[in-house]
Amino acid sequence: MMADKQPKIAIKGLHKQFGKKIVLNGLDLEVPDGQSVVIIGGSGTGKSVLIKNILGLLSPEKGSILIDNQDVVGMNRAERESILQKVGILFQNAALFDSLQVWENVAFGLIEGRGMKRKQAHEIAIDKLADVGLGPDIGSLFPSELSGGMRKRVGLARAIATDPEIIFFDEPTTGLDPIMGDVINDLIVDRVRHLGATTLTITHDMASARKIADKIAMIYKGKIIWAGPVSDIDNSGNDFVDQFINGRAEGPIQMDVRAG
Amino acid sequence: MNPLASIGRTTISFFNTIGRISLFTCRAVFHCFVPPVYGRLLVRQLIEIGYYSLPVVGLTAIFTGMVLALQSYTGFVRFNAEGAVASVVVLSITRELAPVLAGLMVSGRIGAAMAAEIGTMSVTEQIDALTTLSTNPFKYLVAPRLIAGVLMLPLLVLVADIIGVFGGYLVSVYKLGFNPTVYLERTWDILEPLDVVSGLVKAAVFGFLISLMGCYHGYHSRGGAQGVGAATTNAVVSASVLILAFNYIITELFFAI
Repeated sequence: MMADKQPKIAIKGLHKQFGKKIVLNGLDLEVPDGQSVVIIGGSGTGKSVLIKNILGLLSPEKGSILIDNQDVVGMNRAERESILQKVGILFQNAALFDSLQVWENVAFGLIEGRGMKRKQAHEIAIDKLADVGLGPDIGSLFPSELSGGMRKRVGLARAIATDPEIIFFDEPTTGLDPIMGDVINDLIVDRVRHLGATTLTITHDMASARKIADKIAMIYKGKIIWAGPVSDIDNSGNDFVDQFINGRAEGPIQMDVRAG
Repeated sequence: MNPLASIGRTTISFFNTIGRISLFTCRAVFHCFVPPVYGRLLVRQLIEIGYYSLPVVGLTAIFTGMVLALQSYTGFVRFNAEGAVASVVVLSITRELAPVLAGLMVSGRIGAAMAAEIGTMSVTEQIDALTTLSTNPFKYLVAPRLIAGVLMLPLLVLVADIIGVFGGYLVSVYKLGFNPTVYLERTWDILEPLDVVSGLVKAAVFGFLISLMGCYHGYHSRGGAQGVGAATTNAVVSASVLILAFNYIITELFFAI
């Protein structure tokens, strides 16, 4: 078991459905303070919906999401903003603002969220870009001029720019070659350790999960069906987990491969 | 298929859309009046909507004024009323044609661009990113566009009024042989402040509608490139129809007998 202090994020009985399609079906999860939890699971199992519910981008039908023991479900905007001040997020495709230069993207949370002067925010942005291995010359480019790997790095720099207590990573290595994926994993581990942040990552890349996780949880049909330390993942005793981490088509998880 | 069920679904869908647009409008207007105001973004939109629309609005106005003079003349000459050409040109331009045609042209240029830009931001999670960076998308994306639309359309229409009347003057004087002094005198004599003011009020309303429809359809676009394309089309079509509908309503308010 994890330490008995209060978890940073505690999710209980979370339900979310779109029309008749149930995406989250009574999901329970705890993310201990200062730890890195990775949620694995196939496409369409509700991983991204879970993060969007935690961030308040979607509202669940039932259940609670406690961050620092405060239930964020049903919070008003002002209360939610105080929670979001603690949070950084790396989106799946980085979600950089096309109309802003790279440094403005990185400094966005500092300028707009915290009212910092542009000059000071620029200096911090350049430092954060250096932290993810990008030179100051990159700061003046626009996102459309960057490669996929560079966009992820800029997204990571933006996620850590405000020194958040909690960082969410949505498929951090998707769309990258294995080497660049590993570079991003190393950066995540390095930067998260440096900040001492709590992180929640969703991915279906097992190499990434093994590298950045303290604890892994597997989501299937809207529920966490297994959770444990990363060292136990190969001996989980769970057929669903075994099938997923070994990437086998045969097993209890049946993929819907019908056309149309 | 049950026809009653189909009618029911369509009706519910219609009122659902009306409700969503109404809520969107209330939120958007609220955030126009509540700080913070993003000055840099507002200036960018003022330039985008106002300055960069000048060529298309100017060209539309001058050709409209020229055609109007020509058509009025060929009609009125049958009744020996060709002296009314100057009056018809200036009243038609200021009251109707400049605001409506400028509105439609700006709708095609700006409404589509807004829907495409915000729609792309929506489908690439940039709007979600804004929210998580403690920035209200309505204040950051919608409010500057609405304010710029309301401020810039009247200025564009004022320019269109002048250019449109000038177009009519060019054709009347250099092609139809009108005396320039008499033509300008007739133009000035018939024109009343209400003619111009009504056109400018229309323009402000049209600017609001164009920005609102561009933002609304962009904000709610889903499903990748196809969704953004559909949002762009819907923004232009809905803004154009609303411009024509509100043109009648405002005309009725100003000039109903």
